[in-house]
Amino acid sequence: MTTRQLAVVTAGLSQPSASRLLADRLAAAAEQAFEHRGHEVGIEVVELRDHAHELTDNMLTGFPAPRLRRVMDGVASADGLIAVTPIFTASYSGLFKMFFDVLEPDSLTDKPVLVAATGGSERHSLALEHALRPLFAYLRAVVVPTAVYAASSDWGGGGTGGNGLSERINRAADQLAHLVDVSSSAGPSDPFDDLAPFEQLLSGD
Amino acid sequence: MQFGIFTVGDVTADPTTGRTPSEAERIKAMVAIALKAEEVGLDVFATGEHHNPPFVPSSPTTMLGYIAAKTERIILSTSTTLITTNDPVKIAEDFAMLQHLADGRVDLMMGRGNTGPVYPWFGQDIRDGIALAVENYHLLNRLWREDVVDWEGKFRTPLQGFTSTPRPLDGIPPFVWHGSIRSPEIAEQAAYYGDGFFANHIFWPTEHYTRLINLYRTRFEHYGHGSADQAIVGLGGQVFMRRCSQDAVREFRPYFDNAPVYGNGPSLEEFTAQTPLTVGSPQEVIEKTLTFRQHFGDYQRQLFLMDHAGLPLKTVLEQLDLLGEDVIPVLRGELKDARPADVPDAPTHATLRAAAEGGTDSLVADLEPTLPRSLR
Repeated sequence: MTTRQLAVVTAGLSQPSASRLLADRLAAAAEQAFEHRGHEVGIEVVELRDHAHELTDNMLTGFPAPRLRRVMDGVASADGLIAVTPIFTASYSGLFKMFFDVLEPDSLTDKPVLVAATGGSERHSLALEHALRPLFAYLRAVVVPTAVYAASSDWGGGGTGGNGLSERINRAADQLAHLVDVSSSAGPSDPFDDLAPFEQLLSGD
Repeated sequence: MQFGIFTVGDVTADPTTGRTPSEAERIKAMVAIALKAEEVGLDVFATGEHHNPPFVPSSPTTMLGYIAAKTERIILSTSTTLITTNDPVKIAEDFAMLQHLADGRVDLMMGRGNTGPVYPWFGQDIRDGIALAVENYHLLNRLWREDVVDWEGKFRTPLQGFTSTPRPLDGIPPFVWHGSIRSPEIAEQAAYYGDGFFANHIFWPTEHYTRLINLYRTRFEHYGHGSADQAIVGLGGQVFMRRCSQDAVREFRPYFDNAPVYGNGPSLEEFTAQTPLTVGSPQEVIEKTLTFRQHFGDYQRQLFLMDHAGLPLKTVLEQLDLLGEDVIPVLRGELKDARPADVPDAPTHATLRAAAEGGTDSLVADLEPTLPRSLR
C-alpha cells in the first residue's frame, strides 16, 4: 500500500468560507477515491488567508518567510493538488493568483491538479475554463477534466440527473485519483542537479 | 580576513525629511564614504554599476580612480561589474589602467545584472545572461593573461592580433570575484577559474546560500585549486548601529519601512529575523556576523551595505565610525582565532605577485595560474 500526498489550497476569505467547504468536500471525495484504489492518503489543507501577509512580503522581497516556505514545499512535493478559489470580478481572486505567482516555476510540472471555484451565481462557472485551466496549463500541470463549480444555489440543490454538486465532486475526485496513479510527475527539478561541468558551459552547448 | 563596504549608489529621498540629494551630492557622498572607510581601518570599498535612474554609478573605474588618488591603503573593488552588457575588452582595459593608477589596490566582482531593459540598451538579451557571463569572462581572462589574443565567440565581434593595453600591473591580473544570488552556474564558473565567489545574501535567508557556497567549495577542490575549505568566499551584510539597540531600531525604522527593496513588506523585526540585516548595538552586529562563519565556513571577505535607502551622509559616516571602532577589531580577532592555519586570505596584488615570482610557499600560490590543473 502506497501513500498519496494530497495538497489542498483554498483562497476563501470568510471563516468559514464556501471555498473551504467545497475544498473539504473535494478532499474527502479524493480520499475515498484514493483509498478505493488501495492507497493511504495524507491531506494537507492550506488556507491562503492565513498567509496573506507573507504572500505580499514574498512579492516585495522575492523570498518566502519560513512558514510560507513550508507551505510551498508541501504543495511542490504533493502527488496531487486541489485548488479552490472564489470567483471575484470574472476570475480567480488576487490572493489565489499571488500564491501561484510566488511558487517556484517548476513546482507543478506534470502534477495532477483539480480546479474548483465558488461564486454567488452559476453564471460565472466558465471562469474555471477561461481563467483557472489556462493558469495551470501554463504551469505545465495536468488539469483534471472535470472542474467543479459550486454556486450558492448548489448547496441546496439535489443530485438530480447525475449532475448535482455531489456527483461532480465525486467524478472530479475519481479523475484526480486516476491521474495521480498514472502520473509521471517526479517533483520539481533542482537546478543543482545535472549542473553542466564548466567546459560544457564554455563550449556553449 | 578583509572587511569593507559596498554601495549600490541609489539616489533615494530621505523619508524623514522628504529631501532627495542631487546626483552630484550623492556621487560626492560616495567618495566621502570611501575615504572614511579607509580612515576607520576598512580593507575594501566596492561600488555597484547601474545604467538607470535612480542610481548614479555608471562609470565605476572613473570613481575608483579618483578615490585611488585620495587613498593609500584601501582595496578598490566593484559590486558588481556587469560582465553581460559591458564589452570584456573595455573591462580589461579599464581595470588594468585602474591597477596602474592605484598601485595594484584593485580587484573586481563579476555580476550579470537583473534589470531587464539594460540588456537591450546594450544590445543584449537577458535570456542570454549566463551564456554572456561565461563567454565574456573567458575572453576577459585571456586578455589579461595573453599579450596577443585571437578570439571568436558568439556575442562579440572577433579579435585578430589584439593586445589589451595597458597590460596588467606587473603582469598580474586583478583578482576576480563572481557574485550570484541564485545561479549554480556562476558558482561553477568561479570554481573553474579558482576565482572568488561572493554571495550577497543580504536580502534573502541564509539557508538559500548554503548550497550555492557549498557547490562552489566542492567544485573549487574538483578543479584542483585547493581543498574546499580553502576556496575564496565573500559575503554581504547589512547593518545599522547605535550604541543603544533601541535607538538604532527607532532611527532606522523609517528608512527600512520606505526602502525601495523591502519597504511596505515585512516588518523590520521579521526581516532581521529572516535575513542577515542587523539593526542594533555593535555587539549585536558582532554576534550576527559571527554566525555567517558557522553557516558558510571560514571566509575571506565581509562587505557591509551602509549607505542606502536615503540615509544622510552624516549618519553613514557615524555608522562607519562605529563599524571601525567597535565592530571590526572584535571580528578580526574572533575570526582570526577561529580560522585554521591552512585557510588562505583573499589574494591581493602583493600576494599574487609574490606567488608568481615563486617567492612564497603559501597556499595562495596555488591560485596562480588560475586555469585548472587539468588544462595547464
